[in-house]
Amino acid sequence: MIRSHVLICGGTGCTSSGSVALKEALASELKAKGLDEEVKIVMTGCFGLCALGPIMIVYPDGTFYSRVTINDIPEIVDEHLLKGRIVDRLVYNDTTVEVEEGAHISLNDTTFYKKQKRVALRNCGVINPEVVDEYIAMDGYQALGKVLTEMSPAQVIQLMKDSGLRGRGGGGFPTGMKWDFAAKSVSDKKYVVCNADEGDPGAFMDRSVLEGDPHAVIEAMAIAGYAIGADEGYIYVRAEYPIAIKRLTIAIAQAREYGLLGKDIFSTSFNFDIQLRFGAGAFVCGEETALLTSIEGNRGEPRPRPPFPAVKGLFGQPTIINNVETFANIPQIILKGAEWFASMGTEKSKGTKVFALGGKITHTGLVEIPMGTTLREIVEEIGGGVPNGKKFKAAQTGGPSGGCIPASHIDTPIDYDNLIAIGSMMGSGGLIVMDEDNCMVDIAKFFLEFTVDESCGKCTPCRIGTRRMLELLTKITNGNGTLEDIDHLEELAKHIKATALCGLGQTAPNPVLSTLRYFRDEYIAHVVEKRCPAGVCKNLVSYEIVADKCKGCTACRRACPVGAISGEVKQSHIIDKNKCIKCGVCVTKCKFDAIIRK
Amino acid sequence: MKTLAELAALRDKMKDKVALREGTGEKRIVVGMATCGIAAGARPVLNAFVVAINEAGLTGNVTVTQTGCIGICQYEPVVEVYESGKEKVTYVKMTSEKAQKVIEEHIKGGRPVKEYTIGEIKH
Repeated sequence: MIRSHVLICGGTGCTSSGSVALKEALASELKAKGLDEEVKIVMTGCFGLCALGPIMIVYPDGTFYSRVTINDIPEIVDEHLLKGRIVDRLVYNDTTVEVEEGAHISLNDTTFYKKQKRVALRNCGVINPEVVDEYIAMDGYQALGKVLTEMSPAQVIQLMKDSGLRGRGGGGFPTGMKWDFAAKSVSDKKYVVCNADEGDPGAFMDRSVLEGDPHAVIEAMAIAGYAIGADEGYIYVRAEYPIAIKRLTIAIAQAREYGLLGKDIFSTSFNFDIQLRFGAGAFVCGEETALLTSIEGNRGEPRPRPPFPAVKGLFGQPTIINNVETFANIPQIILKGAEWFASMGTEKSKGTKVFALGGKITHTGLVEIPMGTTLREIVEEIGGGVPNGKKFKAAQTGGPSGGCIPASHIDTPIDYDNLIAIGSMMGSGGLIVMDEDNCMVDIAKFFLEFTVDESCGKCTPCRIGTRRMLELLTKITNGNGTLEDIDHLEELAKHIKATALCGLGQTAPNPVLSTLRYFRDEYIAHVVEKRCPAGVCKNLVSYEIVADKCKGCTACRRACPVGAISGEVKQSHIIDKNKCIKCGVCVTKCKFDAIIRK
Repeated sequence: MKTLAELAALRDKMKDKVALREGTGEKRIVVGMATCGIAAGARPVLNAFVVAINEAGLTGNVTVTQTGCIGICQYEPVVEVYESGKEKVTYVKMTSEKAQKVIEEHIKGGRPVKEYTIGEIKH
């Protein structure tokens, strides 16, 4: 009889830090100790605290182990699973909470989880995503049953409208309205499409939902099919997400086996089935019309709207296309009601939003928070602040389509409209934190490089315009820019925004515009003073040894990869600026702060 | 699966299996599993509790877990029952058979089995 469950994270983050090997080691150790009949190992989806992976939770006590290695397994089995003694050194100890001796705080009370509200991620890290029965145990497919047997399609759409749910893919279009348009389009054939082509650098919330709770998306797509009158669905998922694809494939097969997909679902006349389509990694295929073109078997290029997909979408038929996270919210809204959902969030942005925290932040990972939570709460409390005593400079949201939120706006409650008002956007929810060592011009250049690479080339403003912008940025970061270049950059940005065909081009200038808005002084420093304040742009940086402080310890000389530093022992050293490649390794080696970067 | 009733039945059956992960139940049965406890036979006692709780369908309300040595090694296997708002009950020199009675009378019935408690045995 099973008395304990050991949950091991099988998300992409923990898998890459070795959780699969960990599971195998644990299984054989349990067998060797004769505990395999008493302790069950469950591979789950992402817990969110990816920075501390691989992660393991032992129930019933709920002990949360982090950074577990194979060498720790015998101790965990001997001490904890056999004798019930928690292995203290592996317990995730959130130092900001005082813990009584011998006792450990519950996971939900740690600062990382306390302010979170898990709706879309509710089953991630709780159930085994490869076992449909576990999803059903968590009220899975109850919403589909309720919709099919108790509600009319119009009632479902009204419920979605009342809930105030808006698209989580970035645009924030009201989901209920989108469904209503598609429902009102007359056609024999309609489609439901799930956009799982998550392409923003640093965003991985959709992947985590698909890996941790694939049935929630399948159930929601069937609900959407019923609401608009579609019997076929497609999930367009990146081929770079092998674990998500594997779990979706398993989940679809299990749903079919149980009759939750297929014909006459729950003995009603409703039929629905889902197919997978793999994206080859083009960023533009996350744009809805390009995505549809790609499913049709053509090169992924956007097409002008209108007509909108709700009128003329996949294969020319009315289609709704929603993002993974949007779908993941829907079964909960059906079961708990529109009021419940609308009670969370701000006036115009209801519910919660998942963010992928990355960059200069202590707790890299995935968090789900009610809309209206301030950036300060996310960065300083949930995210554990900026590491190494550095100062928070800005947060970038919305990836290459978004912008930077400077420290002066750190108390802005995050929702769709507030982010747009301060020149950024929600995007799919990547949140990259930057500290004083990040150069904002360089950041803008990084995102422009991305969009230039990913532009599909169909329309001129995006294809040529973004390249010209990148050239100007490169000129500025190389120290050759002029003040006119900044004006040109701004002018180009405004034209591209106004004239590009699809969302990719229309939003591509955002990183430049928002950094110009809040960090124009940095641009000017590059242009006028030929100086990079953060010391990132290599052409504008030089390293020097302060003779008075140098003790002649030779640490820098030995570390320099190009032999640019010379000097005798116990005598002050010098850097040959012609040889120096500005890697900065000498600064990290110097114990006397004798090397300065200018 | 063709009806909502079938879905509900499967959910209820599976709920017990995942209840372990919901956190701690209202009642906690803690078995001393240090070296002294194991030597005195705590493992069969622990398993007896787990089996009995599962068979009685009480997994949602009752958590069975282990702890280390609490210092009364001569009385092992020691089992403690915690219930919020009530004083902890400490059973000593437990066996699998005694476990059955504790489940029936204490866990289900709400009446601690006085003759197995530490106070009675000591006297």
